[in-house]
Amino acid sequence: MTPLAGYLLVAALVFAIGLAGALTRRNAILVLIGIELMLNAANLNLVAFWRYGPHPEALTGMMFAVFSIAVAAAEAAVGLGLVIAIYRHARTADLDEINRMKG
Amino acid sequence: MTVVFWILAAVTVAGGLAAVMLKNTVHCALALTTAFAGLALLFMQLDAQFVGFAQILVYIGAVAILVVFAILLTRESEQPEKGVFSRTWLAGLAIAAAVFAVLAWAVLNSRAALPDAVGLPKPAPEVTVAQIGDALMGRYVLPLEILALLLTAAMIGAVLVAMHEKGGRK
Amino acid sequence: MANTLDQIFVLLKHWIMGLFPSAVQPVIGALLSVVTIIVVFPALFALTTVLERKGLGRMQNRIGPNRTGPFGILQPVADGIKSLTKEDIIPTSADGVVHFIAPLVLVVAVFMGLAVLPMGRNMQLVDMDAGLLFFFAIGASTELSIFMAGWSSRNKYSLLGAMRAVAQMISYEVPLLMSSVAIVMITGSLSLVKIVEAQNQYTWGLPHWYIFTPWGFAAFVMFCIAATAETNRSPFDLPEGESELVAGYFTEYSGFKFALFFLGEYLGMFSISGLGSTLFLGGWSAPLQVLEFIPSWFWFFAKVMLSIVVLIWMRGTLPRLRQDQLMNFAWKFVLPMTLLNLFVAAMWRFMGEGWLRWVVCSAILIVVYVGAGRAMMLRQNYGPRSYRYAE
Repeated sequence: MTPLAGYLLVAALVFAIGLAGALTRRNAILVLIGIELMLNAANLNLVAFWRYGPHPEALTGMMFAVFSIAVAAAEAAVGLGLVIAIYRHARTADLDEINRMKG
Repeated sequence: MTVVFWILAAVTVAGGLAAVMLKNTVHCALALTTAFAGLALLFMQLDAQFVGFAQILVYIGAVAILVVFAILLTRESEQPEKGVFSRTWLAGLAIAAAVFAVLAWAVLNSRAALPDAVGLPKPAPEVTVAQIGDALMGRYVLPLEILALLLTAAMIGAVLVAMHEKGGRK
Repeated sequence: MANTLDQIFVLLKHWIMGLFPSAVQPVIGALLSVVTIIVVFPALFALTTVLERKGLGRMQNRIGPNRTGPFGILQPVADGIKSLTKEDIIPTSADGVVHFIAPLVLVVAVFMGLAVLPMGRNMQLVDMDAGLLFFFAIGASTELSIFMAGWSSRNKYSLLGAMRAVAQMISYEVPLLMSSVAIVMITGSLSLVKIVEAQNQYTWGLPHWYIFTPWGFAAFVMFCIAATAETNRSPFDLPEGESELVAGYFTEYSGFKFALFFLGEYLGMFSISGLGSTLFLGGWSAPLQVLEFIPSWFWFFAKVMLSIVVLIWMRGTLPRLRQDQLMNFAWKFVLPMTLLNLFVAAMWRFMGEGWLRWVVCSAILIVVYVGAGRAMMLRQNYGPRSYRYAE
């Protein structure tokens, strides 16, 4: 197994764990934690391909990863703001309770 | 495939597993921080030191603290009474397992399609921060400016969404 | 220009490394540097505790500790014995694992930050290309350990102290970074070694330290304010104020763990003073060209101890700031001033040599500082007190 395949497998594993977390937990914040894990796994994929792919001097993969980190931070902020707003309205952050469009 | 890689991979995967499986939400957030740290060290292992430091600074220094603050503000730090997994947890687990199976199959069986030089250990590229700065201001200046706009919009949006409504239902 | 006395520690290290086979030499070299840091800085910490207690005592018109040894010098020994032999009390409802890990994370993070500081000519542990970024990244990790300490104690006062401390540290992290970015911009490198070497030049015997430029002086003032807030020192020590919150986030810690928190806090002070000296005061370079015969590591530690003395002085003199006052100050005054400072630094660079750039840059900074300060003070109308209850 080449080093690249090793990194890609780790990234796939972390992605699957994040996906499982986002799909199976009740709490809204844990869904966001799962999403953050998925984004991180994608970043690992990008940097691994940058390192082992052709033309690492073009810095493309690394730049993509840096921008992805910044966008993920912004999305986490907005997502958590939304969770707080929903909690204030519905008095719970349990996603099985907040399953109707009517407030 | 050095020993360091296996240790870091184990730490990251363990942190991720703990982050989605633990009962106490704050413990999940701390396990997530461990996963972030493992990933940052993996980035540094891949000779992308700038990305590794940016990961520590942004994710551990800001996103983890955001998650923790949100947990405390929504009072989810007390023990839940109904169990932590949703009613449809089996379907979610099955989907995640299927996704991992497909990805692993793709990774392990794709070596035949690639030219021989790709994927084998190569000498590390010498990346200096000056080169990254040149790239950011030269080739990637448009994404940089759009990112600035995005961050401003996200900041204002997050403040507005989470603000107390004056005279609304408290 | 490597004087033997100047490089004596480097030569000693190479000599010891030479005694080992060449396969293990890098490991031995790294181990030696790490052991030196782990020995020297806690020793300085011990000295600083005595200095602080005597200094604060004198400022408050009393003598500090004077019973243990002449002038209380053996006080840290007594404190150490006390901390090590005290019973380690953990509340039953506390979260055991997190409670145990929190001081460890703090101490490890703070020691790692000391690795990139150049303590003399050729005397840094690692010369990283992005050394400053590494330092700030590690500094950001200390906030998490404070939160862990406060939350795991299951104590409302601890949690309140921890939230205040984390909010304060995040708020002041941005001015800390932005005031250092001006330095990075002018030097053109994130490496701390290159920043010191850029300041190691002399004109008419006076050094090129960045504090002697208008934007550098403004950045230094803002760096000092942000650094004092980052290390939770007075006047920003509301999270650990003894008269406010018992002891804030380390209320439930006793014995050795309390000593570890104390060590972590003081080492944080040392590392950020070291960073301030490196960025603004020229690191290991001597103040006057005639004084260059004194070794470089002496100058570095002299500057660090001077900063510590100023921090102790501020603690004894200034009253504490309220939480909303300090957050207001950070976001509404210091942050815009750091952005303006960046602009002024850029203008300085592109105006070329001469007296004109001194006048213009100083004028912009002084006018905005006075104007913005007055405007902010005018907006505070001191009317009758109004109460807002917690909902």
